[in-house]
Amino acid sequence: MQFLRRLLDQAGKKFEKGTKLEKMFPLYEAADTFLYTPDTVTKGPSHIRDAIDLKRMMMIVVWALVPCIFMAFYNTGLQANRAMAAFGAISQDGWRGAVIDALGIGYDPGNLFACLIHGALFFLPVYAVTIVVGGLWEALFASVRGHEINEGFLVTSMLFPLTLPPTIPLWQVAVGISFGVVIGKEVFGGTGKNFLNPALTARALLYFAYPAQITGDRIWTAVPEVVDGFSGATILGRCASEGMEGVTGAGFTLSDAFLGTIPGSMGETSVLACLIGAVFLILTGIGSWRIMVGVLVGALGFSGFLSALGGDNPMFEMSPIWHLVSGGLVFGAVFMATDPVSAAMSNTGRWLYGLLIGFMTILIRVINPAFPEGIMLAILFGNVFAPLIDYFVVKANIKRRMVRSVQ
Amino acid sequence: MEHYVSLFIKSVFIENLALAFFLGMCTFLAVSKKVETAFGLGVAVVVIQAITIPANNLIYQFVLKPGALAWAGQPDLDLTFLGLISYIGVIAAMVQILEMTLDRFFPALYNALGIFLPLITVNCAILGGSLFMVERDYNFAESVVFGVGSGVGWALAIVALAGIREKLKYSDVPPGLRGLGITFITVGLMALAFMAFGGISL
Repeated sequence: MQFLRRLLDQAGKKFEKGTKLEKMFPLYEAADTFLYTPDTVTKGPSHIRDAIDLKRMMMIVVWALVPCIFMAFYNTGLQANRAMAAFGAISQDGWRGAVIDALGIGYDPGNLFACLIHGALFFLPVYAVTIVVGGLWEALFASVRGHEINEGFLVTSMLFPLTLPPTIPLWQVAVGISFGVVIGKEVFGGTGKNFLNPALTARALLYFAYPAQITGDRIWTAVPEVVDGFSGATILGRCASEGMEGVTGAGFTLSDAFLGTIPGSMGETSVLACLIGAVFLILTGIGSWRIMVGVLVGALGFSGFLSALGGDNPMFEMSPIWHLVSGGLVFGAVFMATDPVSAAMSNTGRWLYGLLIGFMTILIRVINPAFPEGIMLAILFGNVFAPLIDYFVVKANIKRRMVRSVQ
Repeated sequence: MEHYVSLFIKSVFIENLALAFFLGMCTFLAVSKKVETAFGLGVAVVVIQAITIPANNLIYQFVLKPGALAWAGQPDLDLTFLGLISYIGVIAAMVQILEMTLDRFFPALYNALGIFLPLITVNCAILGGSLFMVERDYNFAESVVFGVGSGVGWALAIVALAGIREKLKYSDVPPGLRGLGITFITVGLMALAFMAFGGISL
């Protein structure tokens, strides 16, 4: 360890002010503080003393995402292997098939290892493109504008691939993350200065610009071309077209949906993995439990109301418990809505913000026929109104205390 | 009754004048620096919309529509070509009255709104509201609901934008984009979030 520290200090001298590589200092700084806690402290008069800084905070979110990433590997592979077994396909297309054949793992859906490797071959390229392209933008802005490369990007780059289907073309991943990092974050000045969640901004661009590759039935399962007539509709997609009978008829059960062995975006399917992450985030005090509970209460309450009300749309049949386990509701509530930058900052505001997101999610799922899933747009909508919610919470507080002080 | 509720929701959220049609952009971008001022302007727009759209509806129904003057012995007369000028006339008169009222009773808000209050006269959201009313052939009751709803939708959008801009004061925007540039980007991103309602048919 001493050796590494000395190496970094040696390298650091080359990036100091006045040297040739001055512009590249953020790159050195990022590598240095990624490995070691920096010795610089806040210079302004008011700051909180805490062992945890922004960098450690973001790293904890990345750790909390580990169960979801594991499930993204496993479930992506599992879905593909199941479909291949059902349709008797022998090999995956392209280089992925070549790799699996070379390793001799096979495509057995019951084999954990085979599923993990198969899924990783889909997840890792998407992740690599995200981190390289997004990282380049981040480094470019950091060098030109002279701010630090922030660990916030590690979280963004981890969340974004998890919200994508496995079959997404890699160039679209590059376009999406470029938009998310540049327009969603860097034009406002970098981490902490933006008002929308960058990962969701990136996904929303892909969603509206290239709907064919991010909506529909087939894209959720990475099956080879030879498999014909395969339908990998998600629970929400199936319910929107055929009602709850279609969902149970297709063999989906609540426990499958809870564990996450269902088609969907790579990281969002497993409620269990998200809950493990949620416990971790709440125990470390990083994610706001008020927002998480608010989203779930809003979604359960409004979906309960709608399913009791009934309507002509098959989505009205879906019960609150099914709403909870299908789609990305829990993933969004735990990892996206709680983004400390774009969420509401006051405690009362967090409740309202969470309830608004939960309500909007169900509104879009059930009442809006254009989109089967609503959590992404609901969180963006919540982000737009978060500053306003805070404003009114603060105003109400001022008013209450004024009244109190007069007495 | 249900029809009016869904018309109201539609005009507030789904067909939001500011974020779905991008009408009234000049005031939308210029008077959204502070939540309080934006709120005042929003209320002014709601009031103007709620008065002018029904007023213009009456003018259209009983004077301008083809055959509207049948009672005066002119069943073939079609005065719709006078539409634009009469709607603008009504809007200008209403804005004048509102301006005098604000000057008399809410001088602080009057000063804060400044030049943008008379500019409501030529705000395309207001005229757009009246023209949508004619195009969609609303009756009087519908035009009242649509007037209030479209005004509320515009007010909601400008107050939300003002909230975001107050937060963005602490941002570090590149020099070339400061001011209007970043506001345009912000409004674009807000419209992206408002796409949540696109596609709902009520």
